[in-house]
Amino acid sequence: MADALRAYGLIVAMWVRSTMAYRASFAMTTLGNFAATAFDFVAILLMFSHVDALGGYSLPEIAFLYGTTSTAFGLADLVMGSMDRLGRRVRDGTLDTLLVRPVPVLAQVAADRFALRRLGRVTQGLLVLAYALWTLDVEWTAAKAAMVPLMLLCGGAIFASVFVAGGAFQFFAQDAAEVQSSFTYGGNTLLQYPPSIFAKDLVRGVTFVVPLAFVNWMPSLYVLGREDPLGLPDWFALLPPVVAAGCLGLAGLAWRVGLRSYRSTGS
Amino acid sequence: MDFIELDGVEKVFDVHRKVGRLRREKYQVRAVDGISFTVPRGEMVGYIGPNGAGKSTTIKMLTGILTPSGGRLRVAGIDPSRERTRLAQRIGVVFGQRTTLWWDLPLRDSYRLMHRMYRIPDATFRQNLDRCVELLDLAELLDVPVRQLSLGQRMRGDIAAALLHDPEVLYLDEPTIGLDVISKAKVRGFLRDLNAERGTTVLLTTHDLTDIEQLCKRVMVIDHGRLMYDGPLAGLHEVGESERTLVVDLERELPPIEIGSARTLKVEGPRQWLAFPASVSAAPLVAALAERYPLVDLSVREPDIEAVIAKMYAERSAGPLA
Repeated sequence: MADALRAYGLIVAMWVRSTMAYRASFAMTTLGNFAATAFDFVAILLMFSHVDALGGYSLPEIAFLYGTTSTAFGLADLVMGSMDRLGRRVRDGTLDTLLVRPVPVLAQVAADRFALRRLGRVTQGLLVLAYALWTLDVEWTAAKAAMVPLMLLCGGAIFASVFVAGGAFQFFAQDAAEVQSSFTYGGNTLLQYPPSIFAKDLVRGVTFVVPLAFVNWMPSLYVLGREDPLGLPDWFALLPPVVAAGCLGLAGLAWRVGLRSYRSTGS
Repeated sequence: MDFIELDGVEKVFDVHRKVGRLRREKYQVRAVDGISFTVPRGEMVGYIGPNGAGKSTTIKMLTGILTPSGGRLRVAGIDPSRERTRLAQRIGVVFGQRTTLWWDLPLRDSYRLMHRMYRIPDATFRQNLDRCVELLDLAELLDVPVRQLSLGQRMRGDIAAALLHDPEVLYLDEPTIGLDVISKAKVRGFLRDLNAERGTTVLLTTHDLTDIEQLCKRVMVIDHGRLMYDGPLAGLHEVGESERTLVVDLERELPPIEIGSARTLKVEGPRQWLAFPASVSAAPLVAALAERYPLVDLSVREPDIEAVIAKMYAERSAGPLA
Protein backbone atom coordinates (compact mmCIF):
# COMPACT_ATOMS: atom_id res chain seq x y z
CA MET A 1 0.00 0.00 0.00
CA ALA A 2 2.80 2.41 0.94
CA ASP A 3 4.56 1.36 -2.26
CA ALA A 4 1.45 2.08 -4.28
CA LEU A 5 0.97 5.52 -2.75
CA ARG A 6 4.64 6.38 -3.26
CA ALA A 7 4.52 5.31 -6.90
CA TYR A 8 1.25 7.17 -7.40
CA GLY A 9 2.84 10.29 -5.91
CA LEU A 10 5.91 10.01 -8.13
CA ILE A 11 3.94 9.67 -11.33
CA VAL A 12 1.48 12.41 -10.39
CA ALA A 13 4.34 14.76 -9.50
CA MET A 14 5.86 14.16 -12.91
CA TRP A 15 2.62 14.96 -14.73
CA VAL A 16 2.01 18.03 -12.62
CA ARG A 17 5.51 19.26 -13.37
CA SER A 18 4.97 18.64 -17.04
CA THR A 19 1.57 20.39 -16.93
CA MET A 20 3.09 23.38 -15.19
CA ALA A 21 5.58 23.80 -18.00
CA TYR A 22 2.64 25.27 -19.90
CA ARG A 23 0.92 27.42 -17.32
CA ALA A 24 -1.30 29.30 -19.72
CA SER A 25 -2.59 26.09 -21.22
CA PHE A 26 -3.19 24.71 -17.74
CA ALA A 27 -5.13 27.83 -16.72
CA MET A 28 -7.27 27.64 -19.86
CA THR A 29 -8.13 23.95 -19.57
CA THR A 30 -8.88 24.26 -15.85
CA LEU A 31 -11.16 27.18 -16.56
CA GLY A 32 -12.80 25.16 -19.30
CA ASN A 33 -13.32 22.27 -16.90
CA PHE A 34 -14.79 24.69 -14.39
CA ALA A 35 -17.10 26.31 -16.92
CA ALA A 36 -18.31 23.03 -18.42
CA THR A 37 -19.40 21.78 -15.01
CA ALA A 38 -20.76 25.17 -13.98
CA PHE A 39 -23.33 24.99 -16.80
CA ASP A 40 -25.00 22.12 -14.95
CA PHE A 41 -25.70 24.40 -12.07
CA VAL A 42 -26.80 27.24 -14.31
CA ALA A 43 -29.45 24.86 -15.65
CA ILE A 44 -30.69 24.30 -12.11
CA LEU A 45 -30.75 28.06 -11.46
CA LEU A 46 -32.82 28.53 -14.60
CA MET A 47 -35.31 25.95 -13.40
CA PHE A 48 -35.66 27.78 -10.12
CA SER A 49 -36.46 31.02 -11.90
CA HIS A 50 -39.76 29.31 -12.80
CA VAL A 51 -40.44 27.13 -9.74
CA ASP A 52 -39.88 27.55 -6.03
CA ALA A 53 -39.13 23.96 -5.24
CA LEU A 54 -38.01 20.80 -7.00
CA GLY A 55 -39.40 17.59 -5.52
CA GLY A 56 -40.11 19.58 -2.41
CA TYR A 57 -36.51 20.82 -2.14
CA SER A 58 -35.58 24.49 -2.11
CA LEU A 59 -32.71 25.98 -4.11
CA PRO A 60 -30.26 26.01 -1.16
CA GLU A 61 -31.12 22.37 -0.47
CA ILE A 62 -30.57 21.37 -4.08
CA ALA A 63 -27.32 23.36 -4.03
CA PHE A 64 -26.28 21.34 -1.00
CA LEU A 65 -26.92 18.06 -2.84
CA TYR A 66 -25.21 19.42 -5.92
CA GLY A 67 -22.20 20.77 -4.07
CA THR A 68 -21.57 17.62 -2.06
CA THR A 69 -21.80 15.17 -4.95
CA SER A 70 -19.87 17.40 -7.37
CA THR A 71 -17.03 17.90 -4.93
CA ALA A 72 -16.92 14.23 -3.98
CA PHE A 73 -17.07 13.16 -7.59
CA GLY A 74 -14.54 15.83 -8.59
CA LEU A 75 -12.08 14.51 -6.03
CA ALA A 76 -12.53 10.92 -7.22
CA ASP A 77 -12.22 12.04 -10.84
CA LEU A 78 -9.05 13.95 -10.03
CA VAL A 79 -7.44 10.99 -8.30
CA MET A 80 -8.83 8.05 -10.31
CA GLY A 81 -10.21 9.57 -13.52
CA SER A 82 -7.51 7.92 -15.65
CA MET A 83 -8.91 4.47 -14.95
CA ASP A 84 -11.09 4.63 -18.04
CA ARG A 85 -7.98 4.40 -20.22
CA LEU A 86 -7.31 0.87 -19.05
CA GLY A 87 -9.39 -0.77 -21.76
CA ARG A 88 -7.32 0.90 -24.45
CA ARG A 89 -4.14 -0.21 -22.75
CA VAL A 90 -5.37 -3.78 -22.66
CA ARG A 91 -6.34 -3.65 -26.31
CA ASP A 92 -3.11 -2.17 -27.64
CA GLY A 93 -0.93 -4.20 -25.29
CA THR A 94 0.73 -1.27 -23.54
CA LEU A 95 -0.49 -2.62 -20.20
CA ASP A 96 2.40 -5.07 -20.43
CA THR A 97 4.87 -2.24 -20.09
CA LEU A 98 3.33 -1.38 -16.71
CA LEU A 99 3.57 -4.97 -15.55
CA VAL A 100 7.36 -5.08 -15.88
CA ARG A 101 7.88 -2.16 -13.50
CA PRO A 102 8.51 -2.71 -9.80
CA VAL A 103 5.43 -0.81 -8.60
CA PRO A 104 1.73 -1.77 -8.39
CA VAL A 105 -0.14 -1.60 -11.68
CA LEU A 106 -3.19 0.08 -10.16
CA ALA A 107 -1.10 3.04 -9.01
CA GLN A 108 0.39 3.37 -12.48
CA VAL A 109 -2.94 3.22 -14.28
CA ALA A 110 -4.61 5.63 -11.86
CA ALA A 111 -1.79 8.16 -12.05
CA ASP A 112 -1.33 7.92 -15.80
CA ARG A 113 -1.74 11.33 -17.45
CA PHE A 114 -2.83 12.84 -14.16
CA ALA A 115 -4.93 15.84 -15.16
CA LEU A 116 -4.66 18.69 -12.72
CA ARG A 117 -7.24 20.59 -14.75
CA ARG A 118 -9.88 18.39 -13.11
CA LEU A 119 -9.45 20.71 -10.14
CA GLY A 120 -11.87 22.91 -12.08
CA ARG A 121 -14.74 20.56 -11.24
CA VAL A 122 -13.71 20.34 -7.59
CA THR A 123 -13.56 24.12 -7.34
CA GLN A 124 -16.97 24.50 -8.90
CA GLY A 125 -18.46 21.92 -6.54
CA LEU A 126 -16.92 23.63 -3.53
CA LEU A 127 -18.27 27.02 -4.61
CA VAL A 128 -21.80 25.69 -4.94
CA LEU A 129 -21.43 23.94 -1.60
CA ALA A 130 -20.24 27.17 0.01
CA TYR A 131 -23.29 28.95 -1.43
CA ALA A 132 -25.54 26.21 0.00
CA LEU A 133 -23.99 26.37 3.45
CA TRP A 134 -24.35 30.15 3.39
CA THR A 135 -28.04 30.15 2.45
CA LEU A 136 -29.35 26.93 4.02
CA ASP A 137 -31.94 27.30 6.72
CA VAL A 138 -30.67 24.51 8.96
CA GLU A 139 -30.05 24.38 12.68
CA TRP A 140 -26.42 23.35 12.63
CA THR A 141 -25.22 20.96 15.28
CA ALA A 142 -21.72 19.60 15.72
CA ALA A 143 -22.84 16.25 14.27
CA LYS A 144 -24.41 17.89 11.22
CA ALA A 145 -21.35 20.07 10.64
CA ALA A 146 -19.03 17.08 10.91
CA MET A 147 -21.19 15.23 8.42
CA VAL A 148 -20.27 17.61 5.58
CA PRO A 149 -16.53 16.88 5.30
CA LEU A 150 -17.26 13.22 6.04
CA MET A 151 -19.66 13.13 3.09
CA LEU A 152 -17.05 14.55 0.77
CA LEU A 153 -14.46 12.04 1.90
CA CYS A 154 -16.70 8.98 1.88
CA GLY A 155 -18.46 10.10 -1.29
CA GLY A 156 -15.09 10.51 -2.99
CA ALA A 157 -14.12 7.02 -1.85
CA ILE A 158 -17.37 5.52 -3.16
CA PHE A 159 -16.92 7.17 -6.56
CA ALA A 160 -13.25 6.12 -6.58
CA SER A 161 -14.38 2.52 -5.99
CA VAL A 162 -16.68 2.77 -8.98
CA PHE A 163 -13.74 4.01 -11.07
CA VAL A 164 -11.57 1.10 -9.92
CA ALA A 165 -14.32 -1.50 -10.35
CA GLY A 166 -15.04 -0.05 -13.79
CA GLY A 167 -11.35 -0.33 -14.60
CA ALA A 168 -11.34 -3.94 -13.46
CA PHE A 169 -14.32 -4.64 -15.70
CA GLN A 170 -12.34 -3.34 -18.66
CA PHE A 171 -10.00 -6.31 -18.31
CA PHE A 172 -12.91 -8.41 -19.54
CA ALA A 173 -14.68 -5.95 -21.81
CA GLN A 174 -12.25 -3.46 -23.27
CA ASP A 175 -14.94 -1.07 -24.41
CA ALA A 176 -16.60 -0.91 -21.02
CA ALA A 177 -15.39 2.62 -20.28
CA GLU A 178 -18.84 3.80 -21.36
CA VAL A 179 -20.54 1.60 -18.79
CA GLN A 180 -18.22 2.99 -16.17
CA SER A 181 -19.02 6.55 -17.23
CA SER A 182 -22.73 5.94 -16.81
CA PHE A 183 -22.11 5.10 -13.15
CA THR A 184 -19.58 7.84 -12.46
CA TYR A 185 -20.66 10.85 -14.52
CA GLY A 186 -24.24 9.59 -14.70
CA GLY A 187 -24.32 8.87 -10.98
CA ASN A 188 -23.00 12.32 -10.24
CA THR A 189 -25.76 13.94 -12.29
CA LEU A 190 -28.37 11.78 -10.60
CA LEU A 191 -27.20 12.75 -7.13
CA GLN A 192 -27.42 16.45 -7.94
CA TYR A 193 -31.20 16.15 -7.68
CA PRO A 194 -33.22 15.09 -4.64
CA PRO A 195 -34.24 11.42 -4.34
CA SER A 196 -37.89 12.49 -4.04
CA ILE A 197 -38.13 13.22 -7.78
CA PHE A 198 -37.01 9.74 -8.90
CA ALA A 199 -38.90 6.47 -9.05
CA LYS A 200 -38.53 4.44 -5.89
CA ASP A 201 -37.00 1.50 -7.73
CA LEU A 202 -34.21 3.70 -9.00
CA VAL A 203 -33.60 5.05 -5.51
CA ARG A 204 -33.56 1.49 -4.19
CA GLY A 205 -31.07 0.56 -6.91
CA VAL A 206 -28.59 3.26 -6.01
CA THR A 207 -29.01 2.46 -2.32
CA PHE A 208 -28.61 -1.29 -2.30
CA VAL A 209 -27.02 -2.25 -5.62
CA VAL A 210 -24.57 0.48 -6.56
CA PRO A 211 -24.62 2.36 -3.26
CA LEU A 212 -24.26 5.85 -4.69
CA ALA A 213 -27.08 7.05 -2.41
CA PHE A 214 -24.57 7.06 0.42
CA VAL A 215 -22.45 9.67 -1.33
CA ASN A 216 -24.90 12.43 -0.43
CA TRP A 217 -28.58 11.41 -0.39
CA MET A 218 -28.60 9.45 2.84
CA PRO A 219 -26.40 11.78 4.88
CA SER A 220 -28.14 14.84 3.39
CA LEU A 221 -31.53 13.60 4.53
CA TYR A 222 -30.10 13.76 8.02
CA VAL A 223 -28.41 17.14 7.62
CA LEU A 224 -31.47 18.69 5.98
CA GLY A 225 -33.93 16.95 8.32
CA ARG A 226 -35.82 15.33 5.44
CA GLU A 227 -37.99 12.24 5.19
CA ASP A 228 -36.46 9.25 3.45
CA PRO A 229 -38.66 8.43 0.44
CA LEU A 230 -37.95 4.73 1.05
CA GLY A 231 -38.77 5.05 4.74
CA LEU A 232 -35.40 3.66 5.80
CA PRO A 233 -34.31 4.05 9.44
CA ASP A 234 -32.38 7.15 10.55
CA TRP A 235 -29.13 5.35 11.22
CA PHE A 236 -28.69 4.81 7.46
CA ALA A 237 -27.37 8.39 7.45
CA LEU A 238 -24.39 7.24 9.47
CA LEU A 239 -23.43 4.44 7.11
CA PRO A 240 -21.28 6.31 4.53
CA PRO A 241 -17.93 5.38 6.18
CA VAL A 242 -18.97 1.72 6.35
CA VAL A 243 -20.27 1.72 2.80
CA ALA A 244 -17.17 3.52 1.51
CA ALA A 245 -14.86 1.01 3.20
CA GLY A 246 -16.92 -1.86 1.82
CA CYS A 247 -16.86 -0.39 -1.69
CA LEU A 248 -13.11 0.14 -1.61
CA GLY A 249 -12.64 -3.44 -0.44
CA LEU A 250 -14.84 -4.86 -3.18
CA ALA A 251 -13.26 -2.67 -5.84
CA GLY A 252 -9.80 -3.80 -4.74
CA LEU A 253 -10.94 -7.39 -4.98
CA ALA A 254 -12.43 -6.82 -8.42
CA TRP A 255 -9.17 -5.26 -9.55
CA ARG A 256 -7.18 -8.27 -8.37
CA VAL A 257 -9.51 -10.66 -10.13
CA GLY A 258 -9.30 -8.59 -13.32
CA LEU A 259 -5.52 -8.37 -13.25
CA ARG A 260 -5.17 -12.07 -12.51
CA SER A 261 -7.43 -12.90 -15.41
CA TYR A 262 -5.38 -10.65 -17.69
CA ARG A 263 -2.20 -12.36 -16.61
CA SER A 264 -3.60 -15.78 -17.37
CA THR A 265 -5.12 -14.89 -20.72
CA GLY A 266 -2.98 -12.03 -21.94
CA SER A 267 -5.98 -10.15 -23.24
CA MET B 1 23.86 -22.14 -11.27
CA ASP B 2 21.73 -21.30 -14.26
CA PHE B 3 20.25 -17.85 -14.27
CA ILE B 4 17.15 -18.68 -16.28
CA GLU B 5 15.55 -22.09 -15.90
CA LEU B 6 12.52 -23.42 -17.73
CA ASP B 7 11.30 -26.93 -17.18
CA GLY B 8 8.34 -28.11 -19.22
CA VAL B 9 6.80 -24.65 -19.26
CA GLU B 10 3.38 -24.43 -20.88
CA LYS B 11 0.96 -21.66 -21.70
CA VAL B 12 -2.51 -22.61 -22.81
CA PHE B 13 -5.02 -19.98 -23.87
CA ASP B 14 -8.76 -20.54 -23.98
CA VAL B 15 -10.07 -19.06 -27.16
CA HIS B 16 -13.74 -18.50 -27.85
CA ARG B 17 -15.02 -18.74 -31.35
CA LYS B 18 -18.43 -17.73 -32.51
CA VAL B 19 -20.40 -20.58 -33.98
CA GLY B 20 -23.65 -19.52 -35.49
CA ARG B 21 -25.53 -16.60 -34.02
CA LEU B 22 -25.36 -17.22 -30.30
CA ARG B 23 -23.35 -20.33 -29.64
CA ARG B 24 -19.74 -19.95 -28.82
CA GLU B 25 -17.25 -22.71 -28.99
CA LYS B 26 -14.30 -22.90 -26.66
CA TYR B 27 -11.06 -24.37 -27.79
CA GLN B 28 -7.52 -24.29 -26.50
CA VAL B 29 -4.40 -22.89 -28.06
CA ARG B 30 -1.12 -24.19 -26.74
CA ALA B 31 1.01 -21.10 -27.30
CA VAL B 32 3.92 -22.60 -25.42
CA ASP B 33 3.86 -26.36 -25.28
CA GLY B 34 6.36 -27.78 -22.84
CA ILE B 35 9.55 -25.78 -23.29
CA SER B 36 12.67 -26.56 -21.28
CA PHE B 37 15.96 -24.72 -21.44
CA THR B 38 18.47 -23.01 -19.19
CA VAL B 39 20.59 -19.92 -19.72
CA PRO B 40 23.70 -19.37 -17.60
CA ARG B 41 24.54 -15.93 -16.33
CA GLY B 42 26.24 -13.72 -18.90
CA GLU B 43 25.12 -15.59 -21.99
CA MET B 44 23.59 -13.92 -25.01
CA VAL B 45 20.92 -16.06 -26.60
CA GLY B 46 18.79 -15.61 -29.69
CA TYR B 47 15.22 -16.83 -29.60
CA ILE B 48 13.72 -17.11 -33.04
CA GLY B 49 10.69 -18.47 -34.78
CA PRO B 50 7.86 -17.44 -37.09
CA ASN B 51 4.98 -15.21 -36.02
CA GLY B 52 2.78 -16.85 -33.44
CA ALA B 53 5.41 -19.44 -32.55
CA GLY B 54 5.31 -18.52 -28.87
CA LYS B 55 8.34 -16.23 -28.59
CA SER B 56 6.57 -13.27 -27.04
CA THR B 57 4.51 -15.52 -24.80
CA THR B 58 7.76 -17.00 -23.45
CA ILE B 59 9.17 -13.52 -22.78
CA LYS B 60 5.95 -12.52 -21.06
CA MET B 61 6.20 -15.52 -18.75
CA LEU B 62 9.87 -14.82 -18.05
CA THR B 63 9.04 -11.26 -17.02
CA GLY B 64 6.03 -12.28 -14.93
CA ILE B 65 3.44 -10.59 -17.13
CA LEU B 66 1.79 -13.91 -17.87
CA THR B 67 1.30 -16.80 -15.47
CA PRO B 68 2.37 -20.16 -16.95
CA SER B 69 -0.29 -22.86 -17.20
CA GLY B 70 2.20 -25.55 -16.29
CA GLY B 71 5.84 -26.39 -15.73
CA ARG B 72 8.47 -24.71 -13.64
CA LEU B 73 10.11 -21.38 -14.38
CA ARG B 74 12.76 -19.49 -12.43
CA VAL B 75 14.72 -16.32 -13.16
CA ALA B 76 17.50 -15.56 -10.69
CA GLY B 77 15.85 -18.11 -8.41
CA ILE B 78 12.59 -16.13 -8.44
CA ASP B 79 9.23 -17.38 -9.72
CA PRO B 80 8.35 -14.45 -12.01
CA SER B 81 4.57 -14.71 -11.87
CA ARG B 82 4.50 -14.87 -8.06
CA GLU B 83 7.04 -12.18 -7.34
CA ARG B 84 6.68 -9.97 -10.36
CA THR B 85 7.47 -6.64 -8.73
CA ARG B 86 10.50 -8.01 -6.87
CA LEU B 87 11.86 -9.49 -10.07
CA ALA B 88 11.23 -6.24 -11.92
CA GLN B 89 14.10 -4.63 -10.03
CA ARG B 90 16.51 -7.14 -11.54
CA ILE B 91 15.38 -7.35 -15.15
CA GLY B 92 15.22 -4.97 -18.07
CA VAL B 93 12.67 -5.37 -20.85
CA VAL B 94 12.50 -3.78 -24.28
CA PHE B 95 9.43 -4.36 -26.40
CA GLY B 96 10.23 -3.47 -29.98
CA GLN B 97 6.62 -2.77 -30.85
CA ARG B 98 5.66 -0.61 -27.89
CA THR B 99 7.56 1.79 -25.75
CA THR B 100 7.97 1.62 -22.00
CA LEU B 101 8.61 5.36 -22.01
CA TRP B 102 5.97 7.97 -21.28
CA TRP B 103 4.72 8.97 -24.68
CA ASP B 104 4.03 12.66 -24.05
CA LEU B 105 7.05 13.42 -21.93
CA PRO B 106 10.64 14.22 -22.87
CA LEU B 107 13.06 11.31 -22.51
CA ARG B 108 14.71 13.08 -19.61
CA ASP B 109 11.48 13.06 -17.57
CA SER B 110 10.94 9.37 -18.23
CA TYR B 111 14.44 8.63 -17.00
CA ARG B 112 13.98 10.80 -13.94
CA LEU B 113 10.83 8.90 -13.06
CA MET B 114 12.60 5.55 -13.57
CA HIS B 115 15.30 6.77 -11.24
CA ARG B 116 12.81 7.22 -8.41
CA MET B 117 10.55 4.32 -9.28
CA TYR B 118 13.37 1.78 -9.27
CA ARG B 119 15.03 3.48 -6.29
CA ILE B 120 18.33 3.69 -8.16
CA PRO B 121 21.16 5.23 -6.13
CA ASP B 122 22.00 8.70 -7.49
CA ALA B 123 25.58 7.88 -8.43
CA THR B 124 24.59 4.68 -10.24
CA PHE B 125 21.81 6.45 -12.06
CA ARG B 126 24.04 9.26 -13.26
CA GLN B 127 26.77 6.89 -14.31
CA ASN B 128 24.41 4.59 -16.24
CA LEU B 129 22.57 7.46 -17.86
CA ASP B 130 25.81 9.14 -18.98
CA ARG B 131 27.04 5.88 -20.41
CA CYS B 132 23.83 5.21 -22.33
CA VAL B 133 23.59 8.80 -23.55
CA GLU B 134 27.11 8.58 -24.91
CA LEU B 135 26.97 5.13 -26.45
CA LEU B 136 23.45 5.38 -27.81
CA ASP B 137 23.78 8.98 -29.03
CA LEU B 138 20.95 10.33 -26.95
CA ALA B 139 22.36 13.71 -25.95
CA GLU B 140 20.30 15.70 -28.41
CA LEU B 141 17.15 13.70 -27.82
CA LEU B 142 16.82 14.09 -24.05
CA ASP B 143 14.46 17.04 -24.22
CA VAL B 144 12.31 15.76 -27.06
CA PRO B 145 8.91 14.24 -26.21
CA VAL B 146 8.95 10.54 -26.96
CA ARG B 147 6.13 10.79 -29.51
CA GLN B 148 8.33 13.02 -31.68
CA LEU B 149 11.22 10.55 -31.82
CA SER B 150 11.82 8.39 -34.85
CA LEU B 151 11.50 4.65 -34.40
CA GLY B 152 15.25 4.17 -34.17
CA GLN B 153 15.68 7.02 -31.71
CA ARG B 154 12.84 5.74 -29.60
CA MET B 155 14.31 2.26 -29.57
CA ARG B 156 17.63 3.61 -28.33
CA GLY B 157 15.76 5.58 -25.69
CA ASP B 158 13.92 2.44 -24.65
CA ILE B 159 17.10 0.40 -24.38
CA ALA B 160 18.64 3.06 -22.16
CA ALA B 161 15.51 3.08 -19.98
CA ALA B 162 15.74 -0.67 -19.53
CA LEU B 163 19.35 -0.46 -18.33
CA LEU B 164 19.33 2.41 -15.84
CA HIS B 165 18.76 0.15 -12.85
CA ASP B 166 21.60 -2.25 -13.73
CA PRO B 167 19.44 -5.26 -14.59
CA GLU B 168 21.09 -8.66 -14.49
CA VAL B 169 19.17 -9.81 -17.53
CA LEU B 170 17.86 -7.90 -20.50
CA TYR B 171 14.98 -9.22 -22.59
CA LEU B 172 14.62 -7.74 -26.01
CA ASP B 173 11.50 -8.51 -28.02
CA GLU B 174 12.24 -7.58 -31.63
CA PRO B 175 14.68 -4.76 -30.79
CA THR B 176 15.62 -3.98 -34.39
CA ILE B 177 12.19 -4.21 -35.99
CA GLY B 178 11.63 -1.34 -38.39
CA LEU B 179 15.04 0.22 -37.83
CA ASP B 180 17.29 1.47 -40.63
CA VAL B 181 20.68 -0.07 -41.22
CA ILE B 182 22.61 2.52 -39.22
CA SER B 183 20.32 2.31 -36.21
CA LYS B 184 20.48 -1.46 -36.31
CA ALA B 185 24.27 -1.39 -36.31
CA LYS B 186 24.30 1.03 -33.40
CA VAL B 187 21.92 -1.06 -31.34
CA ARG B 188 23.82 -4.27 -32.06
CA GLY B 189 27.17 -2.73 -31.18
CA PHE B 190 25.79 -1.44 -27.93
CA LEU B 191 24.31 -4.80 -26.95
CA ARG B 192 27.53 -6.62 -27.76
CA ASP B 193 29.53 -4.27 -25.54
CA LEU B 194 26.98 -4.47 -22.76
CA ASN B 195 27.19 -8.23 -22.71
CA ALA B 196 30.99 -8.28 -22.94
CA GLU B 197 31.74 -5.54 -20.41
CA ARG B 198 28.98 -5.90 -17.87
CA GLY B 199 28.21 -9.57 -18.24
CA THR B 200 24.51 -8.79 -18.63
CA THR B 201 22.56 -11.87 -19.67
CA VAL B 202 20.66 -11.12 -22.87
CA LEU B 203 17.74 -12.97 -24.40
CA LEU B 204 16.57 -11.59 -27.68
CA THR B 205 13.77 -12.51 -30.03
CA THR B 206 14.02 -11.32 -33.57
CA HIS B 207 12.94 -11.76 -37.14
CA ASP B 208 16.23 -10.40 -38.36
CA LEU B 209 18.71 -13.23 -38.44
CA THR B 210 21.56 -10.81 -38.88
CA ASP B 211 20.93 -9.82 -35.26
CA ILE B 212 21.55 -13.39 -34.24
CA GLU B 213 24.53 -13.86 -36.52
CA GLN B 214 26.22 -10.80 -35.14
CA LEU B 215 25.31 -11.16 -31.48
CA CYS B 216 24.53 -14.65 -30.36
CA LYS B 217 26.64 -17.77 -30.19
CA ARG B 218 23.63 -19.75 -29.13
CA VAL B 219 20.28 -19.79 -30.81
CA MET B 220 16.98 -21.39 -29.93
CA VAL B 221 14.34 -21.99 -32.55
CA ILE B 222 10.73 -22.31 -31.51
CA ASP B 223 7.70 -23.25 -33.55
CA HIS B 224 4.17 -24.15 -32.53
CA GLY B 225 5.20 -23.57 -28.94
CA ARG B 226 7.95 -26.18 -29.03
CA LEU B 227 11.69 -25.87 -28.96
CA MET B 228 12.97 -27.25 -32.24
CA TYR B 229 16.61 -26.40 -31.99
CA ASP B 230 18.94 -25.25 -29.23
CA GLY B 231 22.61 -24.92 -30.00
CA PRO B 232 25.24 -22.93 -31.84
CA LEU B 233 24.17 -20.95 -34.86
CA ALA B 234 26.46 -22.97 -37.13
CA GLY B 235 24.71 -26.18 -36.14
CA LEU B 236 21.45 -24.92 -37.60
CA HIS B 237 22.83 -25.51 -41.06
CA GLU B 238 23.40 -29.19 -40.40
CA VAL B 239 20.01 -29.69 -38.86
CA GLY B 240 18.37 -27.88 -41.74
CA GLU B 241 20.43 -29.87 -44.31
CA SER B 242 21.22 -26.61 -45.96
CA GLU B 243 23.13 -26.15 -49.18
CA ARG B 244 25.80 -23.75 -50.25
CA THR B 245 25.81 -22.33 -53.70
CA LEU B 246 28.73 -22.23 -56.12
CA VAL B 247 28.45 -19.55 -58.77
CA VAL B 248 30.59 -20.52 -61.77
CA ASP B 249 31.53 -18.25 -64.69
CA LEU B 250 32.60 -20.30 -67.70
CA GLU B 251 34.39 -19.15 -70.86
CA ARG B 252 31.35 -19.89 -72.98
CA GLU B 253 27.83 -21.21 -72.77
CA LEU B 254 27.80 -24.91 -71.96
CA PRO B 255 25.14 -27.46 -71.04
CA PRO B 256 24.45 -27.77 -67.28
CA ILE B 257 27.49 -28.94 -65.36
CA GLU B 258 27.36 -32.49 -64.01
CA ILE B 259 29.79 -33.08 -61.23
CA GLY B 260 29.92 -35.03 -57.93
CA SER B 261 27.17 -34.34 -55.44
CA ALA B 262 26.38 -30.92 -56.88
CA ARG B 263 23.23 -30.17 -58.81
CA THR B 264 22.65 -27.34 -61.20
CA LEU B 265 20.18 -24.75 -60.01
CA LYS B 266 20.21 -22.31 -62.89
CA VAL B 267 22.00 -21.57 -66.15
CA GLU B 268 22.24 -18.03 -67.51
CA GLY B 269 24.53 -17.73 -70.49
CA PRO B 270 28.06 -18.68 -69.40
CA ARG B 271 27.10 -18.40 -65.71
CA GLN B 272 25.84 -21.40 -63.77
CA TRP B 273 24.64 -21.89 -60.18
CA LEU B 274 25.47 -25.18 -58.44
CA ALA B 275 24.11 -26.31 -55.09
CA PHE B 276 26.02 -28.66 -52.81
CA PRO B 277 25.54 -29.76 -49.16
CA ALA B 278 26.87 -27.26 -46.64
CA SER B 279 28.57 -30.06 -44.75
CA VAL B 280 30.80 -30.95 -47.77
CA SER B 281 34.05 -29.10 -48.43
CA ALA B 282 34.04 -26.91 -51.53
CA ALA B 283 37.72 -27.58 -52.36
CA PRO B 284 37.47 -30.99 -54.12
CA LEU B 285 34.44 -29.79 -56.02
CA VAL B 286 36.28 -26.70 -57.25
CA ALA B 287 39.32 -28.81 -58.18
CA ALA B 288 37.19 -31.22 -60.19
CA LEU B 289 35.46 -28.31 -61.90
CA ALA B 290 38.73 -26.63 -62.84
CA GLU B 291 39.96 -29.89 -64.32
CA ARG B 292 36.97 -30.51 -66.57
CA TYR B 293 35.56 -27.06 -67.42
CA PRO B 294 37.01 -23.80 -68.78
CA LEU B 295 36.64 -21.64 -65.66
CA VAL B 296 36.82 -17.85 -65.67
CA ASP B 297 35.71 -17.11 -62.15
CA LEU B 298 33.79 -18.63 -59.25
CA SER B 299 32.41 -17.71 -55.86
CA VAL B 300 30.81 -19.59 -52.96
CA ARG B 301 27.66 -18.34 -51.32
CA GLU B 302 26.90 -19.32 -47.76
CA PRO B 303 23.41 -20.66 -47.14
CA ASP B 304 20.77 -18.15 -46.30
CA ILE B 305 19.86 -18.85 -42.71
CA GLU B 306 16.27 -17.82 -43.25
CA ALA B 307 16.00 -20.43 -45.92
CA VAL B 308 17.53 -22.95 -43.51
CA ILE B 309 14.92 -22.23 -40.90
CA ALA B 310 12.11 -22.18 -43.40
CA LYS B 311 13.25 -25.59 -44.59
CA MET B 312 13.39 -26.83 -41.03
CA TYR B 313 9.82 -25.73 -40.43
CA ALA B 314 8.65 -27.27 -43.66
CA GLU B 315 10.18 -30.61 -42.75
CA ARG B 316 8.70 -30.64 -39.28
CA SER B 317 5.23 -29.76 -40.35
CA ALA B 318 5.36 -32.27 -43.20
CA GLY B 319 6.23 -35.00 -40.74
CA PRO B 320 3.85 -36.30 -38.07
CA LEU B 321 2.70 -33.23 -36.18
CA ALA B 322 3.87 -33.37 -32.62
